[in-house]
Amino acid sequence: MDTNNTIIELKGISKSYNGMKVLDKLNLTIHDKEFVTLLGPSGCGKTTILRIIGGFVEQDEGDVFFMGKNINDLPPHKRQLNTVFQKYALFTHLDVYENVAFGLRLKKTPEKEIAKKVKEMLELVNLKGYESRRVDVLSGGQQQRVAIARALANNPKVLLLDEPLGALDLKLRKGMQVELKKIQQSLGITFIYVTHDQEEALTMSDTIVVMENGKIHQMGTPTDIYNEPIDAFTADFIGESNIVPGIMHKDYLVEFSGKCYECLDKGFEQDEEVDVVIRPEDIKLVEPNEKMITGIVETVVFKGMHYEMRIRCGEKLWKAQDTIFEPVGKEVGIHLTPNDIHVMKKSDFVPNNSKEVVTPNPENEGSNEN
Amino acid sequence: MINLKAKWAAGPYIVWMILFTIIPMLMILYYAFTDNNGAFTFENMVSAWDYVPTLIRSIWLALIATVICLIMAFPFAYSISRKPMSKQKMFVMLVMLPMWMNFLLRTHALAQLFEDNGIINTVLQSIGIGRIQMMGTEFAVVVGMVYNFLPFMILPLYSIMTKIDQSLVESAHDLGANNIQVLFKILIPLSVPGIVSGITMVFVPAVSTFVISKFLGGTDFYLIGDAIEAQILGNSYNLHTGSATSLILMVIVIITMLIFSRIDTEEVEETLA
Amino acid sequence: MSKNTKFFTTIYNIFIMMFFYSPIALVMVYSFNSSKGFEWTGFTTNWYVELFNDELIMSSLLNTLLLAAIASVFSTILGTLAALGVYSLKSKKLKTTIKTVTNIPLLSPEIVTGVSLMLLFTAARISTGWVSLIIAHISFCVPSVFLSILPKLRQINRDMYSAALDLGCNTRQAFTKVIIPEILPGILTGFLMALTYSIDDFIISYFTAGNLQTLSITIYSMTRRRISPKINALSTLMFLLVFIILLISNVYAIRKERAKEIKISQNLKNSI
Repeated sequence: MDTNNTIIELKGISKSYNGMKVLDKLNLTIHDKEFVTLLGPSGCGKTTILRIIGGFVEQDEGDVFFMGKNINDLPPHKRQLNTVFQKYALFTHLDVYENVAFGLRLKKTPEKEIAKKVKEMLELVNLKGYESRRVDVLSGGQQQRVAIARALANNPKVLLLDEPLGALDLKLRKGMQVELKKIQQSLGITFIYVTHDQEEALTMSDTIVVMENGKIHQMGTPTDIYNEPIDAFTADFIGESNIVPGIMHKDYLVEFSGKCYECLDKGFEQDEEVDVVIRPEDIKLVEPNEKMITGIVETVVFKGMHYEMRIRCGEKLWKAQDTIFEPVGKEVGIHLTPNDIHVMKKSDFVPNNSKEVVTPNPENEGSNEN
Repeated sequence: MINLKAKWAAGPYIVWMILFTIIPMLMILYYAFTDNNGAFTFENMVSAWDYVPTLIRSIWLALIATVICLIMAFPFAYSISRKPMSKQKMFVMLVMLPMWMNFLLRTHALAQLFEDNGIINTVLQSIGIGRIQMMGTEFAVVVGMVYNFLPFMILPLYSIMTKIDQSLVESAHDLGANNIQVLFKILIPLSVPGIVSGITMVFVPAVSTFVISKFLGGTDFYLIGDAIEAQILGNSYNLHTGSATSLILMVIVIITMLIFSRIDTEEVEETLA
Repeated sequence: MSKNTKFFTTIYNIFIMMFFYSPIALVMVYSFNSSKGFEWTGFTTNWYVELFNDELIMSSLLNTLLLAAIASVFSTILGTLAALGVYSLKSKKLKTTIKTVTNIPLLSPEIVTGVSLMLLFTAARISTGWVSLIIAHISFCVPSVFLSILPKLRQINRDMYSAALDLGCNTRQAFTKVIIPEILPGILTGFLMALTYSIDDFIISYFTAGNLQTLSITIYSMTRRRISPKINALSTLMFLLVFIILLISNVYAIRKERAKEIKISQNLKNSI
């Protein structure tokens, strides 16, 4: 994408709270009309970024640019963006109509226009007829819709959303994901969305920014991030994966778990220690032979579309998904094509599923987030 | 936390509280330990010592009234806390209603019941028991305390009991507890914060009252509150002994509160939340 | 609950209600009794006529209302400022100290508060009367106002203030358009509490009023060891007044509660 349609740019942003570094010299460019998701575990600094963009928190270092202009010193009410807050933050002393009209009133908009805009916004979020309801008697999902309508009524160039679906139940959340994406597309404005839910990020986003400890790991389209994770952290955070230590003997040849496999990666030093990431769904279970990793099926769980299996290979427990059922106790071979093997620079990241190696717990399926 | 930057607004309140709460309390201390010329003395405390029997009587009667209030309020508060919401509101209103009526008028109303030729005695006589002298007895004073302060026991008990989930009681029964066991193992332990605040809210005004004893106790009935009133405004005028007596009363109240605040209420509230 | 328990509970609740209300009912009956004694000698409304013609009662009623109005307005202003100020304070120590001092008038026996203020007025040569009474009443009303507003401020979540800024408020507008309306119920509760405390107070007024007569003080001087049918008439009127006020506020509250319940059930239906 060309740089002309950049709407927000963060340069060298640092922020500490009580001596704890939350953001560390962070750079981020956000394009106009995109749905951008800041994704990371809690405490990774994603909400702080949102608050800095919104103007509620001041960065210690660095600059924020909005459409090319530095807005470091611009107070929140003068910024052309609006926020949907995590716990809705609706004004309980006002009804639905007045909540949505709040920003317009401040701008001294004529009453007729306010009425028109509020109607339009409530239709957009499917809350027609709720004008005179008190906000504290609405359900969580309805409150969320009011919060969205209230923010959008001000015609922001950018809408900031801070884990807006976090408090909703699963079914409602799925519905709202689709709706939010639709709203974003129909209005054609930029959404910056903060979440720790990787599935939510994959569903809605044009661009995902994966963060950890105040730093950006990877930024790209959902497909890129899923298929070509840049490091073990990203791979583990986005979807399930098997992460094993390996040695890169030479270009296109990697050894892990005592076996050599062909791969598509190159450019490492000879015999460099690396992380190898393999997605469970890429694993094909076959009759074992000595060229491949072999193991014993330890658990099988039927997941509807496929079987999820754990294969014990000595210390390591592999996660595999296959449509063909293999009985527990059977010895199987793990078949991998070069395409399935992702080699990454060694990082000190320890995936949380590695704990399983020490204490295998077959009851606990899916050790990833959510 | 919102940064309102309004620190200054606490200023007037701080000044007010120093001038009209802290300094007055210190004045009691000062008067209690000085004589008319402002010299330090223990004499006031010594003369206040004469009131120890009165003090003991006040504490004793206040304790009896507090215990009666607790026993009367507990089942009542529990039964209304189990009723549907609109009925609960009605009962709370009925409890609060007399509380909102002037305290003196309430006591005045009660006094008419106890008069020698009042309605109780009229009834007693007509059924052949004969008149009983009630005015001026400890009985009348204790009933007066209970009548006036019972709402202060019911309301805190009720508000803590509404937080006790019915399923807790049911599961206790399910696990084999009988009614008595449910009472002692579930209801009472979980009501402790309400019991504690109810006890202080009844005991403190009861132990320091002078109106109830004057209205229902007659001329010779003397409680510690009457002693203070007589020393500050009445016929045994002496601000210094009055302060010393007030100081002793205050110490009693503080000791009571310390005893009760040691009961750990936080744990119970956590269980309920 | 078994049938038996239910029966006994009902009996018991009726007993408690009788305990509360029989003296009041009796007073209401006596207020229409033509003689001063306890025997019924015929119906009369004379006591009510006498009550309204009693200059002392009427002037002390006026004093009480004026005092309550002044004290509660001042207390509300002082208490609201205090809540905003204490909320903004950063020092934990200072906050705890202020809260502890706030509890002194609420927890100490009224007679001690009355004595302490009386000593102060004597020592500071503040003449007893209006000034001392107003000071005394503000002193015991302010803490309740303060304590009814502070939790409301705490309930406002940080995001609500941010949201106001986000939607175009400057900090002053965020304060007047969001913070104040959000704590308004607390301010109102505090004001009403101050008003009722002030009207109801006898003990502290008794020690600080000097020669000024409030209604409570007048009632006290009229009823000490004497039964007065005029006071019975006054009790009847006061009871009815409080009853009507409570009834109105309760009906309103119950209606609100019902509306809320209905709306919640509707929402549930809608979401299904």
